[in-house]
Amino acid sequence: MDINYHLDQVSFRYSDQWVLRDFSLEVHEGEILGIIGPNGSGKTSLLKLMAGLLYPQAGRLTLRGQDISTLDARALARQAAMVPQENHVLFPFTVAEVVLMGRFVHQNGWGWESPEDLRIARAAIQVMDLEPLVDRTFQELSGGERQRTIIARALAQQAPILLLDEPTAFLDIKHQLEIYATLRRLNQDRGVTIVVVSHDLNLASQYCQRLLLLHEGRRFCTGSPAEVLTAENLGIVYGCEVLIDQHPEAGTPRITLPALVSVGGVFKNDTRTTLF
Amino acid sequence: MEAFAHAGVHADRLLPTLTLRRWVKTIAVLIVLSFLGLLICLQYGTERIPFGTMLRLLAGSDSQASTGPSPAVILWEVRLPRLLLAFLVGASLATVGVTLQALLRNPLADPYILGISSGAALGAALAVQFGVSWAFAGFSAIHLFAFIGAAVTMIGIYHIAADGGRIPIQTLLLAGVIINAILSALILFITSLSDSTSAFRLFFWLMGSLATLGYAGLLALAVYVVLGLVVLFGEARHLNLLSLGEEPAKGLGLEVERIKRVIFFTSALLTGAVVAVSGLIGFVGMIVPHGVRMVLGPDHRLVLPAAALVGGTFLAIADTIARSLLAPTELPVGVITALYGGPFFIYLLMSRRKSHMG
Repeated sequence: MDINYHLDQVSFRYSDQWVLRDFSLEVHEGEILGIIGPNGSGKTSLLKLMAGLLYPQAGRLTLRGQDISTLDARALARQAAMVPQENHVLFPFTVAEVVLMGRFVHQNGWGWESPEDLRIARAAIQVMDLEPLVDRTFQELSGGERQRTIIARALAQQAPILLLDEPTAFLDIKHQLEIYATLRRLNQDRGVTIVVVSHDLNLASQYCQRLLLLHEGRRFCTGSPAEVLTAENLGIVYGCEVLIDQHPEAGTPRITLPALVSVGGVFKNDTRTTLF
Repeated sequence: MEAFAHAGVHADRLLPTLTLRRWVKTIAVLIVLSFLGLLICLQYGTERIPFGTMLRLLAGSDSQASTGPSPAVILWEVRLPRLLLAFLVGASLATVGVTLQALLRNPLADPYILGISSGAALGAALAVQFGVSWAFAGFSAIHLFAFIGAAVTMIGIYHIAADGGRIPIQTLLLAGVIINAILSALILFITSLSDSTSAFRLFFWLMGSLATLGYAGLLALAVYVVLGLVVLFGEARHLNLLSLGEEPAKGLGLEVERIKRVIFFTSALLTGAVVAVSGLIGFVGMIVPHGVRMVLGPDHRLVLPAAALVGGTFLAIADTIARSLLAPTELPVGVITALYGGPFFIYLLMSRRKSHMG
């Protein structure tokens, strides 16, 4: 199996605190890899490193055999499309205009969008169920519609690797499902490699072939959802007791929070308990 | 992507976006309107020259004048160069405004408000005060100093404000206010060192005036302005991406650092060239882009050339008002632009705050 990303002893920090320490990972071509872990465990930083938006202070990060620091923005954007978690569009660009920006990497200089650009952008808009909104400005959209617009932009980029940071964070359940179904279809039909950061453990369990569980900037474990999503692993990493059974249809692990909240050990010796 | 591209998608059903046809139409209309606007302005001054007479004079049939400066001389030697200067200055300021707004992701950015014009003015004032006076191909030490002043200020503003990627509007405006205050103090300091005649000249220039430059100077300025505008127009699509923020733009394949260098250099060059000849003229770089975007949408491929045309005409009209309002006394055009730009700025700030709360 071909390797898309190879991280070898990668360390990264923003200022003086290490976000990732001696981190190693391989992302295989054609897989759907889910990155899970508590807040501040380094998920987003890891994704940004892969997108070439951040550079590691130590270690080696290669994309298809090439050191990522040697690739320019254009070469990177042709390989990997990024869906950031937060998106701000200052000027009143329409949905159509925002999605067409995904075609930039295939265009040259000044000039106008080719029929090919328009066709591909239109297809991406259709897939994301945005057709009635093409004329609306990004600022007028709801959180979920914005998210779908940004995903459509990434699809229009036509990169063989998709990097998504919490793509379903603001979406209702119908669109959550649709996004993951679209990701799976892109993966199966087109062989697109997908790396997705998710807080939704159940969706990750259902749709990812492999999961990476991060804990304080290090790899806690990787493996199939059944291997990673155990009560013991989650208990240690999240510091929180969970119930795990099976998805009635898919048979993948299903995570539920217990009815009686007992935050395992976290508050036991904490001064905050005296407040309650 | 082909997999879903076929399902019911007709390639001929195009997306609503800027087309070449719409671009050509819009720019053509703006060129005609600008031309008409300039012609109308040309009539006015201390004395009005009727439209018919003016057209005859412009066509070259010079009816011999009796006494004093003939209308032909007034037209050719006084009004036309001044009008063209106003147009070049206005076009530059509006274009720099558009560019800064995209770069700083802030619709209130303007070379005057952010202190970049003051930086250029300080540079120019230093060159004048210390008598650095060499010139080459219409490019003098004053231009060079003004360019350096503008560039240093711009980079300074960027680094103060851009800490952490996103630029909160308050931080940016505050940085502009403080930089303006420091630079004004330095300019006043230099002014107080010079004798009263040149201090007065410096002071009048600082208020923004379009005193005649002569055709040679005008031509030199035109070369720099046109070059600068062409370079910035070339970055139009890049500015679209850059206005999303540096990180998203990079993710879409934009060489952000290279583009930023081009923008810094070119904007500083334009601001420096313009301030060196016309002093501090405020708010053109904010009002004009705002109006253009409201009417034409945000695509910089259209906004940049449109703002240049509208900005040029706008300043030509403002200068005509400045010359005619209290004729024969001339008001500095900076006073006029500030008098309606200031309230407009306050209005924008308040409506922004409202929309953020709502």
